[in-house]
Amino acid sequence: MSDLGFQPREEAPTTEQPARSRLHVFVRWEILLLAVLGGTIAFGADVSPYFLQSTNLFYICLNVGEVAIMALPLTLIVITGEIDLSVASTLGLTGVLMAELFKHGWPIWPAMLAAVALGVVLGAFNGFLVTRIGLPSLAVTIGTLTLYRGIAQGILPTDTIGGFPTYLTKIGVVPIPGTHLPYSIAFFAVLAIVFAVVLHATPLGRAIFAIGAGQEAAFFAGIRVKRIKFWLFVLSGAMCGLAGVLWSLRFASARYDSGSGLELFVVTIVLLGGVSIFGGRGTIAGVIVAVAVLGCLQTALTADLMPAQDQNIVVGALLVASVIVPNGGDLYRRARVRLRSAAARRHAAAAQAESQ
Amino acid sequence: MTTMHSQPVLSLEHAQKRFGAVHALEDGDIELFAGEVHGLVGENGAGKSTLVKILAGVHRPDGGRLVLDGEEAVFDNAKQSQAAGIAIIFQEPTLFPDLSVAENIFVAMQPLKRFRRIDGRRMRREAAGFFEQLGVRVDPDRLARGLSIADQQLVEIAKALTANARVIVMDEPTAALATAEVERLFGIVQTLRARGNAVLFVSHRLEEIFAICQRVTVMRDGRHVLTKPIEELTTQSVIRAMVGRDMDALFPKVATDPGGVVLKVDRLTREGVFTDVSFEVRSGEIVALAGLVGAGRTEVARAIFGIDRWDAGTVEIHGRPLQTGSPTMAMAVGIGLVPEDRRQQGLVMDFSIERNIALASLDTVSRGGLIPRGAERKFAKDWALRLQLKYGKLTNPAWTLSGGNQQKAVLAKWLARRPTVLIVDEPTRGIDVATKAEVHRLLSELAAQGVAVLMISSELPEVLGMADRIVVLFEGRVTREFARAEASEDAIMRAATGIIEEAA
Amino acid sequence: MTALAEERKTVGRSSSSHAIAELLLRFRELGIVLALVLVVGGTTIDNHRFLSLTNVQQVLSAASIIALLAIGETIVIITRNVDLSIGSVLGISAYATGELYHHHPHVPLALVFLLAVGIGAAFGVVNGVIVTVVRVPSLVVTLGTLYVIRGIDGAWAGGNQVNASMLPNSFNKIGYGTIAGVPYLGIIAIVAVGIATYAMRTFRTARDFYAIGSDPEAARLAGIPVGARVFLAFVLSGAIAGLAGAVWLSYYASVDAIAGVGYEFQVITAVVIGGVAIFGGSGTVLGAALGALLLNTINSALVVVNVSSFWSQAFAGGLLVSAIAFDRLIAVRVAPALRTRRRARV
Repeated sequence: MSDLGFQPREEAPTTEQPARSRLHVFVRWEILLLAVLGGTIAFGADVSPYFLQSTNLFYICLNVGEVAIMALPLTLIVITGEIDLSVASTLGLTGVLMAELFKHGWPIWPAMLAAVALGVVLGAFNGFLVTRIGLPSLAVTIGTLTLYRGIAQGILPTDTIGGFPTYLTKIGVVPIPGTHLPYSIAFFAVLAIVFAVVLHATPLGRAIFAIGAGQEAAFFAGIRVKRIKFWLFVLSGAMCGLAGVLWSLRFASARYDSGSGLELFVVTIVLLGGVSIFGGRGTIAGVIVAVAVLGCLQTALTADLMPAQDQNIVVGALLVASVIVPNGGDLYRRARVRLRSAAARRHAAAAQAESQ
Repeated sequence: MTTMHSQPVLSLEHAQKRFGAVHALEDGDIELFAGEVHGLVGENGAGKSTLVKILAGVHRPDGGRLVLDGEEAVFDNAKQSQAAGIAIIFQEPTLFPDLSVAENIFVAMQPLKRFRRIDGRRMRREAAGFFEQLGVRVDPDRLARGLSIADQQLVEIAKALTANARVIVMDEPTAALATAEVERLFGIVQTLRARGNAVLFVSHRLEEIFAICQRVTVMRDGRHVLTKPIEELTTQSVIRAMVGRDMDALFPKVATDPGGVVLKVDRLTREGVFTDVSFEVRSGEIVALAGLVGAGRTEVARAIFGIDRWDAGTVEIHGRPLQTGSPTMAMAVGIGLVPEDRRQQGLVMDFSIERNIALASLDTVSRGGLIPRGAERKFAKDWALRLQLKYGKLTNPAWTLSGGNQQKAVLAKWLARRPTVLIVDEPTRGIDVATKAEVHRLLSELAAQGVAVLMISSELPEVLGMADRIVVLFEGRVTREFARAEASEDAIMRAATGIIEEAA
Repeated sequence: MTALAEERKTVGRSSSSHAIAELLLRFRELGIVLALVLVVGGTTIDNHRFLSLTNVQQVLSAASIIALLAIGETIVIITRNVDLSIGSVLGISAYATGELYHHHPHVPLALVFLLAVGIGAAFGVVNGVIVTVVRVPSLVVTLGTLYVIRGIDGAWAGGNQVNASMLPNSFNKIGYGTIAGVPYLGIIAIVAVGIATYAMRTFRTARDFYAIGSDPEAARLAGIPVGARVFLAFVLSGAIAGLAGAVWLSYYASVDAIAGVGYEFQVITAVVIGGVAIFGGSGTVLGAALGALLLNTINSALVVVNVSSFWSQAFAGGLLVSAIAFDRLIAVRVAPALRTRRRARV
C-alpha cells in the first residue's frame, strides 16, 4: 500500500497481501453459508413438525418474497461500493401511491404500473444526488429513507387502504397452481436468474465489479462509472416499487408504515450472502442462499413463537456477524503477520548484534 | 562560506535497497552537516526517492547504515525518524484540511495549560512566531483547506521546526511553486541554514541547486556518483554526471517511415496546468514528451484521453476534432492510455489477470451480450503470450504480478484494442531492466505496425533511444522540439529545466 | 492525491456575489439562528400562540433531548463514522430507568442517572470494539445494533409500560420543572452543550477527533491513536444516549418498548443542518444543538400553521437531503473563492 505523502517515483512492488483480497475466505463463505442454512432448517424442523412439509415452503418463501426482490439490485449497488437504505421506504411509498390511486377510482393495473413508475422516480432521485451532486450514498439514502416514508405518512397518515381485487390479493394466500410457491418468489426466481447472468456473464457485470474493486482503474478503462451507478439506483427504485405492489397485494392493504424496518433484512441478506461491504466482491448465488436462510429463520422463529421484535435481535446479530466473520479472519491474519515480523526483527537485530 | 562541523548530523553509508527484482538503491551515500544546504540531484530512477525514504524511516536499508550524530541509527517507522529530529517536506504536503494552520503545526503536540487544556493563545502565538522567524505572513487561525501549495509547505516547515527537527529534507519542493513563491522558499532555506539546521534539497532544477546549495551530491542508477562543493561544479558537469552512461543497445527503436498525422494537438490549454501545447504524432512515430516532474506532461495526456477537460485548443484524430471530457469518446476513436499510476489507474488489483486484460475489450470478448466461459481466459492468454507476460495462473489477482509484468498486463489490455494512438505514461518506471527492454521492443514493434505512440518519460536514455521526435515541456509549456538526430541528453535537460537558449 | 492537493489546481476566483454564502459558511451557527428567527417570526405573525410560554417551553424541552443526542452523534460523525443505534439506546435506557424506579422507588436521583449513562456506555463499548478492533464499517455495525438493542428492549418490556405513577416526584420534576420560565430540560441541554463545545475546543483528545475525520491516514502518521479515539467517540455517544434516555423518561413520564424509534435519523438531520460535515473533520456541537432546536421549532411551527404533523417526517427527510446537497454545492462552487479568507470554524 502506498505511503502517504511520498510520491512513489520508484516503485516498491508489494508482496504484502492487500487487505481487501480475501479469496480464501470468500470461497469458504458459501460453504459456511450452506452450513448455516442447514443449521437453520434443522432448527426449524426441531421447533415444528410441520417445518419440513412442502406446504411450509409456501410460507417460508412468502415471508421473504419482497425482501428478496429488493436485495437483488442492492447487491449490485453494494458491489459498486455504494448503499441504498431507502429501499423499505420506497416500498412503503409506492404501495401507498397504488392504494391511493386505487381508492380514487383508478383501475388496479394502471395503479400498479404507476407505483412502479414512482419507484423509478424515487430511485432516480437517489441516483441523481449520488452521481450528479456527488453526495455520499449513505447520507443520501438516510435522507430519502426518511423523506419517502414521511411523504407516505403525509399522504396516508392514519388509514389503511384495502379492497384490492381478490384475484390479485390471493397471491398472499394461494400458491402458484401446481407448486408450493408464492407468486412473489416466482418473480424473484426469474429476476435472480437475470441478475446472475448479467452480473456474472456480461460486460456490464464486469464493469460493476470493476467499479467496486478499483473505481479509478475502471474509469481509466473507459467504464462509465457515473452512468452505471445512476441506473443501478433507478433499478433499485423500480424493483422496490414492484416489491411495494406485491407487499400491498399480499397483505391486501397498504399503510404508510408498510415494510417499516425492512431495510435491515435487505441489507442483512446482501451481506450475509457474501457481498463485501467494501465493494468489488459478491455473488447472486450467495444472495440466493442468504434469502433461503432468512426465510427459514423467520419462519422457524415465528413457529417458535418468537415475537417480531425479538426476531429483529437475531437478524441484527446475523448482520453484524456476517461482517465480523470475514473481518475477523483478517484480524487474525494481521495479528499473526505482526507477531511474525516482530519476531523476525528481533532475530535480525540479534544476528546483527552478534556479527559486530 | 560553508559552516562545516567535523561530524555530519546525519549520514547514509553505502545503503542498498531492493524491491523484489528492482535495485532501487545500490550505493547510497550522503552526509548532511548542520548549517549547510546540501543538494541532491539525479534523474528519475536514480534512487533519490528511496534514499529520502530511508532517511525518513519509511524503508530500512538492506545493506549499509544510517548514522546519526556519529552513532548508527535504526528507524522502524516514520515516527521514530521524526522523533530523532528528521523532518521531510513533501512536494504534496499532508495537512488536515479542516483544522487551522496553528492546529496543523501542533497536531498531537498542542501546548497545554492547567488541567491539560489546550493553550490556544500560546499555540497561535508560537505559530505566528515561527512564521515571523521564517519571514512570511500566514494567518495561524485560517483553515488549512484552500492554502496554496507554497503556504502548505510553510506550515510543514513550521511543523518540522516545532518538532525540533535538526535535519530538514525537502523533496522537490519547488515543483509546484510560482517564481515569487520559490524566492520566498529560498529565503526560508537561508534562515534554516542560519539556525544551524541541516537541509537536504532534492530537486531537478539546476538553477535552484546552484542558487542555494553549498554542496551537491549526484546520483545515477541507484548509485552515488559524486559529492562536491558547489564552487567546483558547473551546470554542465552536473548534467554530465547525472546522465553520463554507456548508451547500449537497450533501446532498439527500429527506424520506420512515418505515415500521415494521426494525433494533432493544437494550442491545448488548461488553465493553471498547461498552456498552448502543440505537437503532432504521425502513424509509425514515437513522440516523447520529456520534462521534469510537474511539467504538465501527464496532465496533457489525461486531457487528450478525456479524463480531464481542457479550456482551449483542439485535439484532432485523423483530422477530426475530438470532444473533451470522456475516455469513452477517446477510446471510440482509437486512443489508449497506459497511465502513470498502474496500481490505482492501470489495473484493478483485486481482479484476476485475465479480467484485467479483457477489461477494455469486453465487447470484443462477448457474444450476443454474454461473455462465454473461458472467453476472457483465451483472450488474455493470447495477449499474455504475445507480451511474454510471466504469471502463475491467469486467475491469480493482479497484485501477484511483479511490477514489470503488471505493466505488461496494462499494455496487453490496451494493445488488445488495437489502438491507432497509444499514450504511455512512464512505461518503464519501477520495473526491472530485462522487462524494460521487452517493453521497449514492444513499443517499437507497435510503431512499426503503424500505431502513433506518444510516450511520456522522465528517463533521458529511454527518450533518446526510443523517440523519433522529442517535445520538451517546462511548467506547462513546450520549450523545445527535437528530431532524433539533433537531440542529446544535455539539450533535453536544459530545455526541461527551463534554460532558454538561442537556437544553435 | 491528498485532500488538499486536489484543490491546488483550481484557480482562485473572487466573487462578490458569494458574499452572503461566505458569511453563512463562516458562521453556520449564525445562519441557523437567522433561520430560527425567520421561522419563529413568520409563524408568530400567523398565530400568536406560537410564542406562548407553554409552547416555547414544550419546543425547548423536546429539542433538548435531540440536542443531547446530537452531542454524541456529532463526535462520532466528526471522526468519519456514524452511530445509528442511539435511538435504541435511548429507548432501552428509558425503560431501564423506569423499571428501576418501579422496583426500587427510593433510589437516589444521581445513581439513577449514573446507571442510565452506564447502560448507554456499555452499548457504546460494544459498538466501539466492533468498529475499531474488528474494523467493520460503523454503518453496518450500528445498523445491526440498532435492531438488536431495540429487540432486547422489546423483549424485556414485553407489553409492559412504565408510567408516571411509578416514578418519584423528584424525577418527574426534572421533566416539567422550570427556573425563570426555562425548563430544567433546557438547562440540562444548555449546560451539556456548553461543556461539550468547550471540551471539543480545548482538549487534545477532542482535537484528535477532528484530525481523524479530516484525514485518518495522516492522523495515524502523526501518531494519533486512531483506534482508541474512535472507540472513545462511540462510548461517549452511547453514554450520552443513555443519559438522554433517563431525561426522556422524566419528560414523557411513561415508556413502553417503542421509545426512541427513529430518533437517530432526526438527530443526524439536526447534526447535518448544524453544519457537521457528513464526511467528518468539521462542525461544532453548538451548531448541531442549534440544528436540533431549529428542527423542532419547524415541526412545531408546521403544526401551528395547520400543516399536519404527519408531514414532519417528510419535512425532516427533505431538510436532511437539502442540507447535505447545499453543503456540497457550496463546497464545490464557493470554497475556492474563500481560500484566502476562511477562518477555522472548529
